[in-house]
Amino acid sequence: MTTRTLLSPATLARPRGKAVYWTVFTGVVVLFALAFLFPVYWMVTGAMKSPDEIAQTPPTIVPKHWHLSGYTDAWDLMQLPEHLWNTVVQAAGAWAFQLVLCTAAAYALSKLKPAFGKLILGGILATLMVPAQALVVPKYLTVADLPLIHTSLLNDPLGIWLPAVANAFNLYLLKRFFDQLPRDVMEAAEIDGAGKLRTLWSIVLPMSRPVLGVVSIFALVAVWQDFLWPLMVFSDTDKQPISVALVQLSQNIQLTVLIAAMVIASIPMVAMFLVFQRHIIAGISAGSTKG
Amino acid sequence: MTRTATRSPVEPTAVRQVQAPPPAGGRGRRRLIDQARAYAFLIGGLICFALFSWYPAIRAVVIAFQKYTPGSSPEWVGTANFTQVWHDPEFAAAWRNTLVFTLLALLIGFAVPFVLALVLNELRHWKAFFRIVVYLPVMIPPVVTALLWKWFYDPGAGLANETLRFLHLPTSNWSNGTDTALISLVIVATWANLGGTVLIYLAALQSIPGELYEAAELDGASLLQRVRYVTIPQTRFVILMLMLLQIIATMQVFTEPFVITGGGPESATVTVLYLIYKYAFLYNDFGGACALSVMLLVLLGVFSAVYLRLTRSGEDDL
Repeated sequence: MTTRTLLSPATLARPRGKAVYWTVFTGVVVLFALAFLFPVYWMVTGAMKSPDEIAQTPPTIVPKHWHLSGYTDAWDLMQLPEHLWNTVVQAAGAWAFQLVLCTAAAYALSKLKPAFGKLILGGILATLMVPAQALVVPKYLTVADLPLIHTSLLNDPLGIWLPAVANAFNLYLLKRFFDQLPRDVMEAAEIDGAGKLRTLWSIVLPMSRPVLGVVSIFALVAVWQDFLWPLMVFSDTDKQPISVALVQLSQNIQLTVLIAAMVIASIPMVAMFLVFQRHIIAGISAGSTKG
Repeated sequence: MTRTATRSPVEPTAVRQVQAPPPAGGRGRRRLIDQARAYAFLIGGLICFALFSWYPAIRAVVIAFQKYTPGSSPEWVGTANFTQVWHDPEFAAAWRNTLVFTLLALLIGFAVPFVLALVLNELRHWKAFFRIVVYLPVMIPPVVTALLWKWFYDPGAGLANETLRFLHLPTSNWSNGTDTALISLVIVATWANLGGTVLIYLAALQSIPGELYEAAELDGASLLQRVRYVTIPQTRFVILMLMLLQIIATMQVFTEPFVITGGGPESATVTVLYLIYKYAFLYNDFGGACALSVMLLVLLGVFSAVYLRLTRSGEDDL
């Protein structure tokens, strides 16, 4: 037991306290199972029912026959491999661009004292206050015809990658982490003749593993989950990520196949969450109370 | 503390000689090189922010006063876009729906995770299980969540009505009924997002020193009084920030109405962002879309500023 909470250990130790505690505990377990796990179960098993069985009233809790054809059909008919690959490319690129450019910019703002650094940081933080989604239309027009070079990034993964770099939240997380790093370590490296890039690469980055992990996860999840922006950027069906493709194809496809595709689309992020859950949950908790 | 002040005592003379400033004009040059180096690191991120955050914000305001069709040169039209959007029959519906959605999301989507976090914080067993399960829906892509609930809301064999039938309760039209569509979407948004709020609030609850509860209990405070006089004041800042973030997020709701209801039935679930999307991509009227964006921007900006001012001034009283 670490710290005491609303209820004292003494209250919980009494017979009545124990009874109430276990009742509430069971209640919460049942509630969580019904509210959060059952819908997921319903989706995974729904995809394994036959088209007749899924439309039947009252429904079957467990499929009468387990069909895997929903999953295999979704994989083949809805071109899931292509759309999943598109999503992977978009997410990986956005992650790489963010990691390189945001880290470099955060390092500069934190340690290199650029002229107008305060003003630039202010401008970046101000974008946190601006509702991002409200600006998608002018952002779309910018991406469709970049100023000065007049190039269009529509139907190009760069249209996802570059705007992803303008992520004030991640940049600020990095900058604040760099601010806390002890100055003397970096100065020692400089005295030993290391340049700025060398210092960043061999001193700062190895010390920043935790924050880089958090930023990486945020970057990947954001692209994987996004819908409105890729909907605007990719009018070309072959280049759409899975989220956009699912909605476009949902109109004229058999229900069991659609549900199977939904399950497949969810697997990567859910799997990543289950693997890194400890870090993700710690990251959310820490980032929020401090921020 | 300046850099030289911290450095000089430990710096070996040999190094200092190497770095000794060359005679005239060297200082300025050195500073220029430092600046160039700093900007070399900064430039990539800076360009992205300029292009995809700052420029679009300015552009929204400019295009709001233009007749703008991609390909042809824009034309200044004064406030015509604003008056035209204002007279759109869907304009009032979109704002009303967005505000009602935000309000309902605040009542349901804020109260539920708040109480859940309070209860979870008292449970001594299966802690990791609860945290994983509550966050699971957040990890499911929002599009999948929306499609999943669209299926649940199916009036025939959807899970929602099947559950009601199983409990011998009257069935509902859910997202297909004019009266129930909006609240149905609020339920989806709450289900999908409450995990984040629960985890953040749980972290805040854990930072409350246990002695406060002990002292309150010694003073004879009941359970509810302890919540009222210890828990809530101690986590006030987190509550207020979470509320602001949620309001800003729900005012921009798009995926749920777009996927589940398509704005219907009879514009019952058209939101402001959905209307912006329609103006741009269905009506090809980018001026109107930007006029709406500017309205949303100004409203949320003023709201955030007032909110922050009010909550901060409250802090001084404490």
